Amino acid sequence: MVKQSLFTILSHTRLTDSMYRLVLSGDTSAITAPGQFVNIKLDGFFLRRPISVCDYDETTLTLLYKTVGKGTRFLSTLKEGEVLDILTGLGNGYDTAKSGDRPLLCGGGAGVPPMYHLAKVLLAEGKKPQVLLGFNTKDEIFYKEEFRALGTDVYLATADGSYGTKGFVTDLISLTGDYTYAFACGPIPMLKAISDAIHCSGQFSFEERMGCGFGACMGCSCQTKYGNKRICKDGPVLQKEEIIW
Amino acid sequence: MVKTSVTLSGLTLDNPVIPASGTFGYGYEFAELYDINILGSFSFKGTTQQPRFGNPTPRIAECTGGLINSVGLQNPGIEKVIAEELPRMAKCFHKPVIANISGFSVEEYVHNCALIDTQPQVGIIEVNVSCPNVHHGGMAFGTDPACAAEVTRAVKAVCKKPVYIKLSPNVTDIVSIAKACEEAGADGISLINTLMGMRIDLKTKRPVVANKMGGFSGSAIFPVALRMVYQVYEAVKIPIMGIGGVSSADDVIEMMLAGATAVQVGAANLVEPFACKKIIEDLPRAMEQYGIQSLSDIIGGAHQ
Repeated sequence: MVKQSLFTILSHTRLTDSMYRLVLSGDTSAITAPGQFVNIKLDGFFLRRPISVCDYDETTLTLLYKTVGKGTRFLSTLKEGEVLDILTGLGNGYDTAKSGDRPLLCGGGAGVPPMYHLAKVLLAEGKKPQVLLGFNTKDEIFYKEEFRALGTDVYLATADGSYGTKGFVTDLISLTGDYTYAFACGPIPMLKAISDAIHCSGQFSFEERMGCGFGACMGCSCQTKYGNKRICKDGPVLQKEEIIW
Repeated sequence: MVKTSVTLSGLTLDNPVIPASGTFGYGYEFAELYDINILGSFSFKGTTQQPRFGNPTPRIAECTGGLINSVGLQNPGIEKVIAEELPRMAKCFHKPVIANISGFSVEEYVHNCALIDTQPQVGIIEVNVSCPNVHHGGMAFGTDPACAAEVTRAVKAVCKKPVYIKLSPNVTDIVSIAKACEEAGADGISLINTLMGMRIDLKTKRPVVANKMGGFSGSAIFPVALRMVYQVYEAVKIPIMGIGGVSSADDVIEMMLAGATAVQVGAANLVEPFACKKIIEDLPRAMEQYGIQSLSDIIGGAHQ
């Protein structure tokens, strides 16, 4: 269920050259699953900005976002105490029921944030998630320690080899032990490579330019084996079996 | 106590606020947020004979004061709309709806309108001759007075319900097209659809939307829409639904002063899901502020 409410910025931190962490206080009751997103109204911009949920509890919401254009650059200038109009509870999110005991959590670049709360949920369910994170270069790595602090196995790859395994998230799969399922978020080539590499089922989170973010405008539609879906409402998470690559 | 009700071709609406086609789906997403029965009516997603996925993505580009969309009439087709969407809509919306109908030929318009005309839920048929996002159809029928008249005449011949023709602003002389529709028997005019526009991504140096161009809507187009409603009101006697950039109760009043009997709210729904609810709740205050007792008294008031 979508909810519109006001959130106050508790802290706003730069993590890397282009990644920021925004911690907000407000009503998070509409958020029901890891992998959902929120849509933020920004003064001077017509469309809201959809950002995945990195973490949340009853009263706080943590968003990690990358500055990619004018809207997110403006967002990055906001200070503690400022108030944002946010739609929460958007998207289906990941369904952890099918994960088995040892799921892989694969995050690439700006696709890493939703893996954090997902890892927490899986750990709370008594499962042993294995976290595989890919970045372009060492300078772009964020949340490595935060994932480790959860007590999960964390594997890192950089495309240029400046940290961890040289290569992509898929190059980390062979380093892990047995796995039962895969959850992934990142660029489409990464998602497809993971889908091809794994021997099990999985759930993949997609990105698309959105109009509304709550299913009204058909701006972000995609075709799947199970019919047309709206990335914002029926996704962003799709089952491996339904995806048409 | 102010009076917000208006009458469109014999259909009395509690208020003139109507979500515009393509920005409200079939109402379900909004019905989760508020009781959509507070609306005057709503115009559901544009319907074609065949199911359509629409255009490739990306379909959305941001602009100052609005957005460009190139959705391209994604819809499940008229048969599924009647068999599945109308019954589902009836569960959350109990007033007559406006059926937005598109086509790629006069025959298709006639086929779709004849089918939808038999549906008791439908109060008004809004014939879209102005979609800028499909080739060989849509807007091609709305940019020439003779073509618009041909569609109007053909559709009117098979419909018992009031037929409103939704016009494109992407024309040299919207008045001549509106008059042609009136002469061909249209019961009313909806205007305007989106303005053709585009954006180019400076990083990729390519158009932002995959279809290159799309329809521009949002608060930025309000003055253009208002001007066209004003011009058409002077030229026709049939009622007008004013559409384009409306996002507040003040905008509704301004659009009605220009000549609109009812007012559709489009892009505002996408960024502010409670937009129509807020406008309806704010109307009595705005009416009192401007000394308006009854909204139906102010239609075309700016022309006196």
